[in-house]
Amino acid sequence: MSLAGEDTALLPEADAYEQRAFGFWLYLMSDAIIFALLFATYLVMAGNTAGGPAGSDLFSLPHTLGETLLLLTSSLTFGLASVAMDAGRRPQLLAWLAVTFVLGLGFVAMEIREFHGMIIQGAGPDRSGFLSAFFTLVGTHGLHVSAGLVFILVMITQVIAKELSQPVSSRLLRLGLFWHFLDIVWIGIFSAVYLPGIL
Amino acid sequence: MENAEAAAGRKLKSYLTGYGLALVLTAIPFGIAASGFLPRGTALFVIGTAALIQVLVHLRYFLQLRLRSASPERLLATAFAAVLIVIMIGGSLWIMFNLHYRMWV
Repeated sequence: MSLAGEDTALLPEADAYEQRAFGFWLYLMSDAIIFALLFATYLVMAGNTAGGPAGSDLFSLPHTLGETLLLLTSSLTFGLASVAMDAGRRPQLLAWLAVTFVLGLGFVAMEIREFHGMIIQGAGPDRSGFLSAFFTLVGTHGLHVSAGLVFILVMITQVIAKELSQPVSSRLLRLGLFWHFLDIVWIGIFSAVYLPGIL
Repeated sequence: MENAEAAAGRKLKSYLTGYGLALVLTAIPFGIAASGFLPRGTALFVIGTAALIQVLVHLRYFLQLRLRSASPERLLATAFAAVLIVIMIGGSLWIMFNLHYRMWV
């Protein structure tokens, strides 16, 4: 078996970037399977409140809607950033990346506020099986979004420092895949966790 | 140059269409949860269906995964992941709720 680095170095440049995008796609699919297992765990544990608070006592519909709209809109603004990237408009690209970052930061801030509020009222992950599964699933997604925020900051720096070279735009493409993927996981979270909990 | 501009226009339209559809598909389940006029079973079914459609909308309009033009490897990897997800979520729920039923009823 030869080293992956040697393999891609021999390929024409465009193919090498295509391969990296495919490799990243494979990572996203395995990440989707991790999330699927966390979803399965949550759905099995959802009823095990051990006499503690249930979803209907803890979840707020307007709060969840706010988080959903922030993340969904950030997916659109990332799309606008990639359109600006294709057109080679650097200032526009930077502006949309910055907007995406702010929206993502707002999402994480709302989630931290929700977790904090739950923990101080005694509904932390140690309270019941339901809450352990809830914090694991939603927290894992929140960590992914936070990693995405760091990734966005790194790419903003690279776009400023390195112009729009091919490696930079191929990284932006993969960041886009990651960001849109996280929004898909969130659809699962509000549909399987928050809305059934509130019903 | 003309071609690149047309491609950029198509991409922009794709993101805006996806955003519009996603907003509608988000509004429906949240509206149902807020009003609470549907029986629980029906409401869960509608929420699940809207979620499934919204996932497909995001794949098509945001991740630009098209059945015709995406690379076959990528489609295959996605389909394989989807099968694994169905088996693992469906299988876990089946086993655990069956166990619950046998233990407690």
